[in-house]
Amino acid sequence: MVGANNKPEETDQPEVMIEVSVWRGDAEAGGFRTYHVPSRQSQTVLDIVTYIQRNLDPELTYRFACRVGMCGSCGMTVNGKPRWTCRTHASQVISNGKLTIEPLRNMTKVKDLAVDMTPFFDKWVEAKGAFVPTKTRHDEIEAIKPDSKERRAADAAVECINCGVCYSACDVVAWKPDYLGPAAINRSWTLVNDPRDGAQAERLKVLASDAGCSNCHSHQSCATYCPNLLNPTRSIAGVKRRVMVAALKGEV
Amino acid sequence: MIRPHRNHPLWFAFIVHRLSGLALVIFLPMHFYVLGMALTNVDQLDSFLQWSNNPVSKAAEFGLVFLLAVHLFGGLRLLVLENFDWRDWQKSLAAASAGLAFVVAGGFLLNVV
Repeated sequence: MVGANNKPEETDQPEVMIEVSVWRGDAEAGGFRTYHVPSRQSQTVLDIVTYIQRNLDPELTYRFACRVGMCGSCGMTVNGKPRWTCRTHASQVISNGKLTIEPLRNMTKVKDLAVDMTPFFDKWVEAKGAFVPTKTRHDEIEAIKPDSKERRAADAAVECINCGVCYSACDVVAWKPDYLGPAAINRSWTLVNDPRDGAQAERLKVLASDAGCSNCHSHQSCATYCPNLLNPTRSIAGVKRRVMVAALKGEV
Repeated sequence: MIRPHRNHPLWFAFIVHRLSGLALVIFLPMHFYVLGMALTNVDQLDSFLQWSNNPVSKAAEFGLVFLLAVHLFGGLRLLVLENFDWRDWQKSLAAASAGLAFVVAGGFLLNVV
């Protein structure tokens, strides 16, 4: 049991320990270091990493901010699978009392569990993931019907928190580092469905390019591991259909 | 060993489609070579066809028909995925592809036994 001060209450029971292997190192070299962390009720993987840093190894580097599944900064590879660690209960992922924590795949390691997400966000820009307005403040606001097909398609994809879990899960990104990746194309798909946007032709050209949607093999790992239950494969399939129509019209 | 992030049904559907395609690529040149014997060496073709009546060859043919069928149905699954509105039952589609392939290959085996 955990008391109000988040410390275990006095009991006769021996404390249950978790054997945690954490990847330590940088882009050049590294390896696993093992720590023993006391098990707590409702303990998340991020709680475990924080315990290690505060009590066992203050040099451990990792990244987090909100702790409530909104900021998307605490993504790590847990027992081989990419996850948001702040909302992943340890009890759901511990296997035989052991836990392995590594940095996300497909991004350069900076130190320990922190990776360089710059290329990930650069690809959002490359995929024309920014809204390009076509009206000024003096124009009438364009009405978008909530139940229109386009609005519903954008709604289904818009709640991305940029955590990089899908990008880390994607084998195509690993095989072809230039590939824009599921998150960037998912973002573009929301704008492809925005009738107010003024960069549709340029966006479709990028999505049809060598780095674009045709790389996707539909493994659906992105959809399997997205912590917000989004489905980037569905978005990429939608982009593929739009690109095919544009290609038939000679627009891309 | 399958890496943990690949341990889900739709990744298995991908790898079955990819490996069956590669196996068919290896099979097809041999298939055309044997067919070509009908024009170049009829006696050799006849003796090969007689030899291929052994049980091991029939079992291999079952595997071959399964590869063809699973690649066909897996390809249809991908065409549906990419060209029609999204269906949330992707795992069911993958399972149906594998199941239909077993039915087709099993039907072939029953026909030759």
